[in-house]
Amino acid sequence: MSKSKQALLDPLFDNNPIALQVLGICSALAVTTKMETASVMAVAVVAVVALSNLSVSLIRNYIPPSIRIIVQLTIIASLVIVTDQILKAFVYEISKQLSVFVGLIITNCIVMGRAEAYAMQNSPGLSLMDGIGNGVGYGIVLMVVGFFRELFGSGSLFGVEILSPVTQGGWYQPNGLMVLAPAAFFLIGGFIWILRTYKPEQVTED
Amino acid sequence: MQPKVGYIIGFCIAVCLVCSVIVSGAAVGLKDRQDANKLLDRQKKVLAVAGLMEEGAVLTPADVEALFNSRIRSIVVDLKTGQVDSDTDAKTFDQVKATKDPAQSEAMEKNSAGVGRVPHKALVYQVSKEAMKEDGSGFELDAWIFPVSGRGLWSTLYGYISLAPDFNEVRGLIFYQHAETPGLGGEVDNKLWKAKWPGRLVFGPKGSEHASWNEVKVGVIKGQAGTVDEDPHHVDGLSGATITSNGVTNLLRFWLGDPGFGPFIKNSLSSQGTETAALQAGGDVR
Repeated sequence: MSKSKQALLDPLFDNNPIALQVLGICSALAVTTKMETASVMAVAVVAVVALSNLSVSLIRNYIPPSIRIIVQLTIIASLVIVTDQILKAFVYEISKQLSVFVGLIITNCIVMGRAEAYAMQNSPGLSLMDGIGNGVGYGIVLMVVGFFRELFGSGSLFGVEILSPVTQGGWYQPNGLMVLAPAAFFLIGGFIWILRTYKPEQVTED
Repeated sequence: MQPKVGYIIGFCIAVCLVCSVIVSGAAVGLKDRQDANKLLDRQKKVLAVAGLMEEGAVLTPADVEALFNSRIRSIVVDLKTGQVDSDTDAKTFDQVKATKDPAQSEAMEKNSAGVGRVPHKALVYQVSKEAMKEDGSGFELDAWIFPVSGRGLWSTLYGYISLAPDFNEVRGLIFYQHAETPGLGGEVDNKLWKAKWPGRLVFGPKGSEHASWNEVKVGVIKGQAGTVDEDPHHVDGLSGATITSNGVTNLLRFWLGDPGFGPFIKNSLSSQGTETAALQAGGDVR
């Protein structure tokens, strides 16, 4: 497998940022009550990680080591603000629901983790691939969690009614736990469990 | 090797310059679109509570604007005196900004609705029965729409209540922004619950004289309230969400009572009967 392909595909399952590196959990709890918000958040994170990796990598040989973290942070923060502005301009309804969590992409450990651990050592092309890979890896977990939470918590997918809930005059009694944050913990736990059963090499020794 | 201090400072400045150009470019470039979105969002909510548009219905921005302009008239009301303020342009008046500005609002004493500041002036919408002409003629009052807000359990609920021209009968209640628990307090968005509001009476029995009205009676009670005939003033509580339910009651009593639109409502009613007062109130704006 070529190096760039590996950089792109590795983070999807073999080195998933949420499941293996256990980064970015906080936002994964907050934005996954609905598929719609989860998918927009996933796209936003892909864009931010990819672009921050690319730009950090481009100037990696010029960044003075003593201030490298703050330089990375400045770049990431700017990208996040731009993303937030774009969402407000083009998908206003969803950006209202995502509220502060778009801004909190800045504090998402995945973004800075990849800039510091990967983009500082690798070429721009590879770093871009790594950024997209990690963003998509994060997005996959978000979508899976969002799928179960929306289906069982509200009886719908992407806002389209699948199981007609009792509160709308239907038959399905929505699972109230699913719409609360702890449900995401259980689902992410389950996701990690299944992934590690399938790929035993990911199991960490005590 | 550690680079020179001059290089580090130079590098910082360069990074900051590039980033700030990108950020401010995006902010300035997209501002018009964002403002248009905000306005459109507000118009949609007003149309929804007026019953002119299904919530979540797909309308183009141009359709929304056209519908809003032909059926809704905005007026600015002085909350203290209860008079229509025809000097302030309702199109540009920003109530959110006014509420935050100490010169245009006042701090409230601790109250059950949890309202911190009340603006001196507030926006009120009038719904026209038929589409108005471009010059504003052809207006016949069909309903009033008042903005309301107050504390729930986790968040401040922001919404609109629509009243019939007699200010007594509720036409609808809708909350457009809140962060209550989904499935519990979040059920304020439930269609079936919202359908319980139309027909409830705010102040007194149907057709009663406004002189006999002394308090805002409408609210949410614990348990089942039944149909409009059984209990004209109350709506079923949201199960598992007592604090949100009480919040809704408190915010309605606050905004329809003396601290809110009470003076305006009294004023409009006492000047030569409802219909004409309403027309006058609108007439001043033009």
